[in-house]
Formats: sequence, C-alpha cells, structure tokens
Amino acid sequence: MTISSTPLEATAASDHAAVATTDPRRHVTHLLLRDRAAVACLAYIGLVVVMAVFAPLIVRISGWDPYQFDQSAIDPDLGSIPVGRWGGISAGHWLGVEPGTGRDIFARIVYGARSSMLIALSATLLTTVLGVVFGLLAGYFGGRTDMLLSRVMEFLMAFPALIFMIAVLSALPADDRQFLLVVVISVFGWPYLARIVRAQTLSLKEREFVEAARASGASRGQVVFREVLPNLRSTVLVMVTMAVPGYIGTEAGLSFLGVGVVPPTPSWGQMIASSVGWYSVVPTYFLVPGVFLALLVLSFMVLGDRVRHAVDPGGGI
Amino acid sequence: MTRYLVHRIAGMLVVLLLVCLFTYVVFFVLSPDPAVQICGKNCTPDRIDQIRANLGLDDPFWTQFGHFLQGLVAGRRYGSGGSVIDCPAPCLGYSFQTSQIVTDMIVQRLPVTAVVAVGAAVLWLLAGVLGGLVSAVREGRFADRFIAGLTLGGMSVPNYVLALALQYVFVVWLQWLPFPQAVPFADDPAQWFLNFVLPWTVLAIGYASAYTRLTRANVIDTLAENFVRTAKAKGLRPDLVWRRHALRPALTPVVTIAGMDFAGLLGGALITETVFGINGVGKLAADSITKNDQPVIMAVTLLAAFFVVVGNMAVDLLYSAIDPRVRVGAT
Repeated sequence: MTISSTPLEATAASDHAAVATTDPRRHVTHLLLRDRAAVACLAYIGLVVVMAVFAPLIVRISGWDPYQFDQSAIDPDLGSIPVGRWGGISAGHWLGVEPGTGRDIFARIVYGARSSMLIALSATLLTTVLGVVFGLLAGYFGGRTDMLLSRVMEFLMAFPALIFMIAVLSALPADDRQFLLVVVISVFGWPYLARIVRAQTLSLKEREFVEAARASGASRGQVVFREVLPNLRSTVLVMVTMAVPGYIGTEAGLSFLGVGVVPPTPSWGQMIASSVGWYSVVPTYFLVPGVFLALLVLSFMVLGDRVRHAVDPGGGI
Repeated sequence: MTRYLVHRIAGMLVVLLLVCLFTYVVFFVLSPDPAVQICGKNCTPDRIDQIRANLGLDDPFWTQFGHFLQGLVAGRRYGSGGSVIDCPAPCLGYSFQTSQIVTDMIVQRLPVTAVVAVGAAVLWLLAGVLGGLVSAVREGRFADRFIAGLTLGGMSVPNYVLALALQYVFVVWLQWLPFPQAVPFADDPAQWFLNFVLPWTVLAIGYASAYTRLTRANVIDTLAENFVRTAKAKGLRPDLVWRRHALRPALTPVVTIAGMDFAGLLGGALITETVFGINGVGKLAADSITKNDQPVIMAVTLLAAFFVVVGNMAVDLLYSAIDPRVRVGAT
C-alpha cells in the first residue's frame, strides 16, 4: 500500500546503501573539520550555544538586562521609536532597542537564544529517543507490534501537525509553555525518524552478523542493542542534524503566532511577531532576530548536508 | 482496483474519525467552559446551568461527541424554545463569540485561501522544476552552485521574516507595489493581482527551494539510468531523449509530492495570511486562536486534516496512473 515517494524515504534508501559501504576507519568528525562550510556553520552554532549558556554573564558585560526599560533610548514625541539611526544602535545598545519599550535588543537576542536552543535541542533529544525505540521495536519484533506502531505513525503523519500544535497550545494553560512545546513538537516529530529506523532494522536483522549473534546464543536485548543499534548510528546522526533546523523553525513559528514562549521571556520568533507593527518604521527590529534565526537554521541545514556527505559520499540529493 | 479504492476510502474515514475524536477530546478536556463565555457579565449560576442545558453541554462526553458527528453528517439545531439556530450538514459547530455557524464562516473565506494556495503552487512548481532542470543540466557549473545557494537561503529564512523583509523593500522602500488593501477582483483586477504577488512569493519560496533540489536530484539520477543511455546510444535526438524518456520518470515524484504539499498548505497559509492581513481561512484560525474561539479552531483543524488525508489518497491514485512501474494491485 505504501509508495515510497517522499524525500525522507529517499533518504532512507540512500542511507540504506551507506550501511553496507561505510568504512569504519573514516571518521565523520575528521572529514567535517576539513570542510570550510561545515566549520563555519559549527562556529556559528557554537556562538549561539555560548550566548545561550552564558546569557547572564554576557548581558552583564553589555550593560542592559532583557527586561529593563530604557526610556532615554526612545523618543516619546515620535511615537516611541528608538532615538538615533538604525533602530537606536549605539555604544550602549549594541543592536538597538525595541520601539515602544526601549528594551535592549542585544540582551533579548542573547536570552532568546536560550529558548530557541533549549527547546529545539530537547525536542530533538526526545524525538530521537522515541523514534529510535519505536522504530527498533516495530522493525525488529514485526508482527502485531509492527502493525500497531505503523498505524500510529501513519495516523500522526496524516495529522495537520502545525495547525494542531497551534490549536492544542492555545487551549493549554500558559505556564510551563517551554515544556509543552517540547512535548507537542516531539509527539508529531518522532514518526519520521521511526519510519526510517524501522526500515533499516528490517533489513539489518536479516544480515549474517545478526544471525551469527543469535546462533551464538545472544539474547534479544543483546542483539537489538549490541548488533542492530550501532549500525543505525550514521542514519540517526544524519536524521537528527537534519531535524534540528525544523524544530528551531517550528518553535520560532509557534512563538511568532503567540502560542509559543510566553512574554516577557524573550524568544526570537516572539520578537519578530512584536515587530510586525513596526516593520515600516524600524526595520532593524525584525531584521536583527530574523537574521539570527535564519543563520541558525541555515547553519544546521548545511551541517546536516555535510554530515550526510561525510557519512555517505555517494548519497543523492 | 475497486477493492483497493473501497479499502482506501474506508481507511481514510477511519483516520478522519480518529482525528475528530482526538481533536474533540483535546478541546473537551482543555477548553474553558463556553457557557461561561456566552453568559457574559451579568451572570448567575442558574443562567449558566440553563445555557449548558440548552446547548447540551451537560451531557456526557460520548453523547456530545455523537451530536457533533451527527451534525457533520445530518446537521443539527442548537438551543430550544424561542432561540433555535439551525445548522445544516456539514455542521462544524457554532461559534459562541461571533454568533455564527462555523461552516458559514469557513465557506465565506475558503475562496480567498484557494487563490493564495493555487497561485503559490503554480509559482513554486514553475520555479522549482525550472530551477531543478537548469541545475541538473549545468551540474557542478556556476549556475548549479548559484541556484544551490539560493535554495539554501530560501529554505532557511522563515516565511514571516521573508514576508516582512519583502514588504519593507517593495512596498515601503522602493514603492513598486501598492500598500495592500482588500480590493474585489471585479473592481480593479490589476490592484487585486498586485496584492497577491507578495503572499504568493512568500508562500512559494520555501517549497520552490525544496522542489529545485528534488528535481535536480531526480533528473541527475534518471539521466544515469540505462534506458536513457540506450536511447542516446541508438542515436535519438537529444530533445527526444528528454521528452520521451527522461522527463517523465524524473518529474513523477515532484508531481506527487506537490499534491501532498498542496493539500497541507493550510498550515503555511496561516502564517502568510496573518502577516499580510488576507482574510482567508488561515487568518480566521489565527484570529480564533487569539480570541480563544474553540469551535472555529477545531473546525479548521478538522478541515486541514481532511485536506491532508484526501490529498494523500489522491496522490497515491495519481501515482499509479502516471508511473507504470507502480501498480496498485501489486502491493
């Protein structure tokens, strides 16, 4: 009944070939470090991570905290737009200030990196665990387990995920939004990984080394975790790197629509949302978080591509 | 084939029913009491009870869900006595905040969303296939790298950022496009068209980038196939090699994925319509979320699920029709 036509399935097919040909001596990290684009992406991601981790320290150096109103930086006579050109960029406010409130944009970007990274990485972690576990279960045990899990996956993938996430989040109470975001994103995210893990497990479990392990008396758990799981490593690595930008975008999108991270906690998507009313007067207000966000997504996407090439040099797209 | 069709449609109905149930449970459990919302300021516990009884909100869950399904299939009526509201099938509910039948609200706005969606789809298919073909033909050359760079950019800039940036550049700064305002098509077709240029572009860019990459990869793979080499070896003219042998297998996956993406477009339209202030179904959903108008949110969710499920089925059928290598009966 299923027809393999989606890019993800195409990925599965090409990665499937990789399992057979991957040379264990070739180290992915080594290859990546010789690739200039990959290093640049890693550097930017590293920068954002540093911003997220050391946010309080960085903000102390820059001099403004993200919740502080600076009335002197905005001009009440001109409808509270920032004083000075370029959205009020100055020695005091490195990336300008918010119109209306005068909050420091640099500080909010630094703290916004926290929400973005925290949510995207937690969602990735949860999705990976769910995807690998359920994919392994479905693929290895087959039969009724596979039937049930495959149906659940199909059902979740038939769901209009974005609209449903918005609907659910809008109905849920606003406290603990970050946690809810992670849960909601993961619930709709895991089937895409699980489907590929399942397909690979199906072919891996027929291979000779699995048979050999079984013949030499390995238990089911040993076969699954010692023989099958290590062979899925490269697939999972590629899928995970490719998934992160999607989750960053989703988090920002949901925050943009007002159902994500709740104010006053800063988030990049939410900053862009509040800039909609000001875009024609203070373009830097949407440009700054927009550029940070786009670069982060771009870095993860390029990195994902490069990881795939490093893992599977012959692979298509 | 008939058996397969029946099977597929039955499966589709089951999925839709589950989506209904899932959504209904979520809203039943989570949403604030609509009776309190309708009751307003001068409210007494008695009045709330009365409204609840009137609307059937004090019934157990399964009864309410049954009524909801019944409304979908056969229509239903709300209230009793003097204030009866008739909601003909397919009844998606009644919005207590706007005092309108949800089905009407959606039907009113569906044409606008259709315009946004169809325009964007045409744009992204043209751009994606063209870009992909150019990249594949010029593989590894400058044009290919340039397009690869563009597609990466197109996929990583979130569409709401793109929307604001384009609007700033073309409307505020260069003033090439008029400030968007709602104009009916009959009054001023040119203005109407210009209004949609940016929304179409914004909605299409992400998809166009993905399609460019997909087309490129497919064409390159197909050109390496044996049957293409045979065609070339037997001396077929290059344009005929393309037309008769290479294009069809290379573009089949693009067409099918386009079907699925088009069916799932309501999610993307939500953000685009909100940013550009276009009064379509997406904006309706966004507004209802802000006002917490649960019946409308639920109806839009169901509608979106309906499109996705129907779209997937249509694509599967189409796929077997245009690609002779896939035969429905065989699976």
